[in-house]
Amino acid sequence: MVIDNKLFEVRNISFSYDDEEIFSGISFSIDKGDVLCILGPNGTGKTTLIKCLNGLHDISSGEILINGKNIKKLSFREISTHIGYIPQSHVPSFPFKVIDVVVMGRAPYLNLTDSPKKEDMDIAVNALKTLGIEHLRNKEYTNLSGGERQLVFLARILCQQPDILILDEPTSHLDFGNQIKLLEIIDNLAKSGLSIIMSSHFPDHAFLSSNKVAIMKNKRFIDFGTPDDVVTEKNLRNAYSIEVKLIELDDKRKVCVPLKTNLELDL
Amino acid sequence: MNDENKEILSIVLLIFLPIVLFFASFLLGRYPISPIDVINTLLCPIFPQLEVSPTITTIVFEIRLPRIIAAVVVGAALAMAGAAFQSIFKNPLVSPDLLGVSNGAGFGAALAILISGAGVVTQIFAFIFGIISVSITYFISRVYKAGGILILVLSGVAISAFFNALISAIKFIADPDDKLPEIVYWLMGSLASVNMDNLIMIIVPILIGMIILLSLRWQMNLLAMGDEEAQSLGLNPTRVRLLIIAGCTLLTSAAVSVSGIIGWIGLVIPHMTRMIVGPDNKILIPAALSLGASFLLLIDNISRAMIAIEIPIGILTAIIGVPIFLYLLKRGYSEWS
Repeated sequence: MVIDNKLFEVRNISFSYDDEEIFSGISFSIDKGDVLCILGPNGTGKTTLIKCLNGLHDISSGEILINGKNIKKLSFREISTHIGYIPQSHVPSFPFKVIDVVVMGRAPYLNLTDSPKKEDMDIAVNALKTLGIEHLRNKEYTNLSGGERQLVFLARILCQQPDILILDEPTSHLDFGNQIKLLEIIDNLAKSGLSIIMSSHFPDHAFLSSNKVAIMKNKRFIDFGTPDDVVTEKNLRNAYSIEVKLIELDDKRKVCVPLKTNLELDL
Repeated sequence: MNDENKEILSIVLLIFLPIVLFFASFLLGRYPISPIDVINTLLCPIFPQLEVSPTITTIVFEIRLPRIIAAVVVGAALAMAGAAFQSIFKNPLVSPDLLGVSNGAGFGAALAILISGAGVVTQIFAFIFGIISVSITYFISRVYKAGGILILVLSGVAISAFFNALISAIKFIADPDDKLPEIVYWLMGSLASVNMDNLIMIIVPILIGMIILLSLRWQMNLLAMGDEEAQSLGLNPTRVRLLIIAGCTLLTSAAVSVSGIIGWIGLVIPHMTRMIVGPDNKILIPAALSLGASFLLLIDNISRAMIAIEIPIGILTAIIGVPIFLYLLKRGYSEWS
């Protein structure tokens, strides 16, 4: 019997914290080159879900399988060779040089008592070149703009050489222009064979780079499928409790426009 | 000068500074000894044909050498432990006594002076109670499992305060004519009474501590990015941090057990080192070792050579360390913004 293992499969998982259920009944799978965008309102548990997917939190029930292997049976090191992760926010500590931050991505391949060697440095420099930020190499990462810093973290997880990137709201600290640039980079990475799971606050982003979309609301996925099927006026109204208009641009790309709620405060 | 040359120059300086200071320190003291005599005396055990006077041999090997080694070892240990703690707690304000090691060791020493008075007992008690206090701190933080680093630091503060109270209690009941001054003097920190026997007792913990910190120094960079990022890079943050805390505790307890409590080195030297070589722990940790050794050697030379009565070294490190610290602050430390 041939077992067809999915690259990444989530089976009916739930997570509770201090007896409070954060989410439950979530199942999906992704293949090589897939980009899954998880949409949903604030406080719906997207970040918690993301942290469960890469093993930072232990799920309460269900299974997460990487290449058919249960994530609970893998060490942190094994997980980190499959999954690269960029958290939503980063509290900067010491002003490390960009190259020193990027080379941290080689940690999964080094012994506990080793430091990076020349090969690791070369891989780090290549990651900088891939993303076009080689000129930042010796800058302090704490002094970079939000967009540059996000690229540095992307370079770091490229050094990890994972199969899957998990990005928690990768565009949340970026300006208008950098958001679209980052989504295009994600698109390119997916075309090169990486699979990507990201959360976002912007339904538009689902049309820009994803081929799968999930909408999360009230601790569950309320819909999952292709952007055209899932990002609908009805689903968005349901998720965000506002009226949304979908507009098709000339190049067939869709954008979502939230309509005014005519909120009046009694001030 | 470009960045790379600057880096090489700093590394060369950091290697030679402690070596030069080490030999220069033999020249200082009440009894004048010439550089040639120092070299001859130090080489004498290897080349017995060299002629040296027995007085000089006694002064070099029994008085000055133990003290110089003690200054090097204590300075290096405190600076390394401080640099490591600052990295793994993501906080440049942290010093090696964060988790209660100094007050624990101080209590051990005070207790030993009260009940025994023998130097060896004091040293062993100080060492053991330093380790006990950090173990209690760590145990408490594991009981309250949520909270991580914050709980660890807070229990450190609590345990420090607790042992501080115990020290006061012992001072209160100690005989004010002989025991009390001895306790107070120990707590001020001094290298004046160090002998070779004291040093032999701390070789093993010092070496183990240094090997742990030097081996894990690059992993400290990962911990400095935060636990979640460290884990997503394949590290087990709790386990690696425990190893590093163990290494720092061995170093600090051993250092304090021979010198008493010497403040400021573990806080200021890592800062100075970071300004010279940058925050990468791969270089920072060995550089802090070198600079810590050099700094305490220098301070100890001042302490024994400046005026006729010896000033306790714990006082001098703060009196000299504080202006340096304030100067660094004024220079606009980019890490602090």
